[in-house]
Amino acid sequence: MALLQISEPGMSTAPHQHRLAVGIDLGTTNSLVASVQSGIARVLDDERGRSLVPSVVRYHADGRVEVGYEAQARQSEDPHNTIVSVKRFMGRGLADLGDPGRYPYKFVDAPGMVQLITVAGSKSPVEASADILKALRDRAERALGGELVGAVITVPAYFDDAQRQATKDAARLAGLNVLRLLNEPTAAAIAYGLDNAAEGVYAVYDLGGGTFDISILKLTRGVFEVLSTNGDSALGGDDFDQRVFCWIVEQSHLTPLNAKDTRLLLTRAREAKEQLTEHDEARITALLSTGELVDLNLTTAIFHEITATLVNKTLAPTRKALRDAGLAPEDVKGVVMVGGATRMPCIRHAVGEFFGQTPLTNLDPDKVVALGAAMQADVLAGNRTQEDDWLLLDVIPLSLGLETMGALVEKVIPRNTTIPVARAQEFTTFKDGQTAMSFHVVQGERELVSDCRSLAKFELRGIPPMVAGAARIRVTFQVDADGLLSVSAREQTSGVEAAITVKPSYGLSDDEIAGMLQDANANAETDMKLRALNEQRVEGNSLIEATRAALAQDGDELLSLEERAAIEAGIAELEAGMAGADHLAIKRAVEALNQSTSEFAARRMDAGVKRALRGHKLDELSL
Amino acid sequence: MDFHANHFQLFDLPASFRLDTDKLEAAYRKLQNEVHPDRFAAAGETEKRLSMQWATKVNEAFQTLKKPLARGTYLLHLHGIEAFSEKHTAFAPAFLMQQMEWREAIADARQGRSIEALDKLARELRAEAKRMEEQLAAELDDSKDYEAAAATARKLKFMHKLIEEIGDAQEEIENA
Repeated sequence: MALLQISEPGMSTAPHQHRLAVGIDLGTTNSLVASVQSGIARVLDDERGRSLVPSVVRYHADGRVEVGYEAQARQSEDPHNTIVSVKRFMGRGLADLGDPGRYPYKFVDAPGMVQLITVAGSKSPVEASADILKALRDRAERALGGELVGAVITVPAYFDDAQRQATKDAARLAGLNVLRLLNEPTAAAIAYGLDNAAEGVYAVYDLGGGTFDISILKLTRGVFEVLSTNGDSALGGDDFDQRVFCWIVEQSHLTPLNAKDTRLLLTRAREAKEQLTEHDEARITALLSTGELVDLNLTTAIFHEITATLVNKTLAPTRKALRDAGLAPEDVKGVVMVGGATRMPCIRHAVGEFFGQTPLTNLDPDKVVALGAAMQADVLAGNRTQEDDWLLLDVIPLSLGLETMGALVEKVIPRNTTIPVARAQEFTTFKDGQTAMSFHVVQGERELVSDCRSLAKFELRGIPPMVAGAARIRVTFQVDADGLLSVSAREQTSGVEAAITVKPSYGLSDDEIAGMLQDANANAETDMKLRALNEQRVEGNSLIEATRAALAQDGDELLSLEERAAIEAGIAELEAGMAGADHLAIKRAVEALNQSTSEFAARRMDAGVKRALRGHKLDELSL
Repeated sequence: MDFHANHFQLFDLPASFRLDTDKLEAAYRKLQNEVHPDRFAAAGETEKRLSMQWATKVNEAFQTLKKPLARGTYLLHLHGIEAFSEKHTAFAPAFLMQQMEWREAIADARQGRSIEALDKLARELRAEAKRMEEQLAAELDDSKDYEAAAATARKLKFMHKLIEEIGDAQEEIENA
């Protein structure tokens, strides 16, 4: 057994210690992990030099799980147990999938999200995604030679709250500390913008395997400001495969196919699509399990014809994003192409025509998101000095609101609002003596509740009886920097407080995550404990390091001698706890230190704001 | 500086409608650089929470001051006047007539599926909104006639709604 390394107190806080952090592009078709080493972002390859990990998970009856190429190689053979494009099912119910028959899986509807039946039992999309993330984490820890401090996980900009929450849950289930959920086009803009020292307004057109995003960003020195974003979270390269697949079925007059043949033909369809990137035609041959032989020729012309509506489907959101940003196509200085599907010549052509310029393709469209995420992870882990880092200002993609009378939506936070953001809305009772009120939180742009995504329903109870209209219930929406929503409600007039904070219904609670982790590690309880201990030590170390740095910087100025002594005692206690092997004791000491530094943190924040404005004035003088 | 400063104080700008937007943007970036959650991703829970609260406040202040109508409404609020409280619903008949004419023009252009006609209307309406913003500036900063300014703000909001309707109509035609 490997021994845990424990540094001498004080030795672990070397100021320029490089913290291992990664960026992960959890894609529909392929996933990647990248990291910044010696100042350069690199995709981490497997031992055979391959960068991509196909986002394919195969479950075996004995509990073994295969991820990546091995799983992909068996997908036609074992379609029910080999899950591809799981990202499409994240945060989605059965009703969201359209025709479930187009997938070779056995679905069951579960609250909030579908589950897939495999030989290893029913698997939620969160679990399958966590298995992909675990493979990426293992790869990173092997390549970097140590435990990760954290990860930035990318999500499509147009992902709604349900899909984001599911992604974050998957990361936690994979044992990753999520530094941030980062929008894919924004990640691409970081990689691209920093590489090219770009300034001005840029559009990022991101067509991945299963999702489409368009983001309009303003790049000024050191700041990436997202002006607007739009997209379609169920449109991507897969749909082009699907069109080719339908064409094959039609042309060959095939009767309903079994799962194996469906998978085989989908694979052939994808290969044909990829061939058309370089060639004018592609031959499709396949021998089906029924003995039928498929032999067809797909030309560029036919391909354009059967996919034209898909290409157009990306232009409507593009127009909308520009309009929301208050810009015209000619205001855009450059268009960055992201995602494997933008290799299709028909896409490049359509985008070029729309913006009146040749799109930028000089970074590998498969890698650019992971590279940008790695760069952001490096900043968030604190590996850069404030002089050479940058700031990201992102937005929420879809409006958030509440159901009101007549099943209509009252918008509380409109789309494209910069995050973090909080907004409050007041409501009152409509019956005398009413003591409870129910709320329905929705996301979307439509006026009718039934046309929006339902995020959560909750009830505020314990309102003191009053005449109708006298109670004042304030509902507050807070969206954090990950784009995740929390909602609270409070009755204000009576002095009696009732408050509730909700998490969307599909989200997993901390206990559920802990439970799933435990199940997964039922045979390895010691490993679990070690892992928990290790995690607490990493957290304890980083808190001590941050607190010491804060004391050195502002301690003399902002703290009395007693206050400083109290904080130092907290540090000493945490250090003592960390020398032991009780992860709960460390956790308590971390919480205590957090508590005892809260006033100090508030003063530092105030001082920082003052300092920023003073600097601002100096700048003006020097103009 | 404390957490309860008003939006103008937060950015160290004079509380007036006429505003140096370059200065506002520079101050905004500088403040976010200091308080944004990305600066505290590796910090303790307390600092993370404080950072989110501050960044939220800075965003709110910036969004309010950046847009003329929101800025005017906020200034009026600082002067104790709620321009959009429910008791103010009356408009001058001449303004209402003008509104109806514009609405009809938009409906006609929509029917005729004419992007050009809608573009022309949008330009006209934007010019009119611009004129109202200038009036708002004079009422808020010069004559300090806040009741008049509140009436102008209400009219301006109507103009924004019309401009938005034009955008919706254009989108409908383009995506058809």
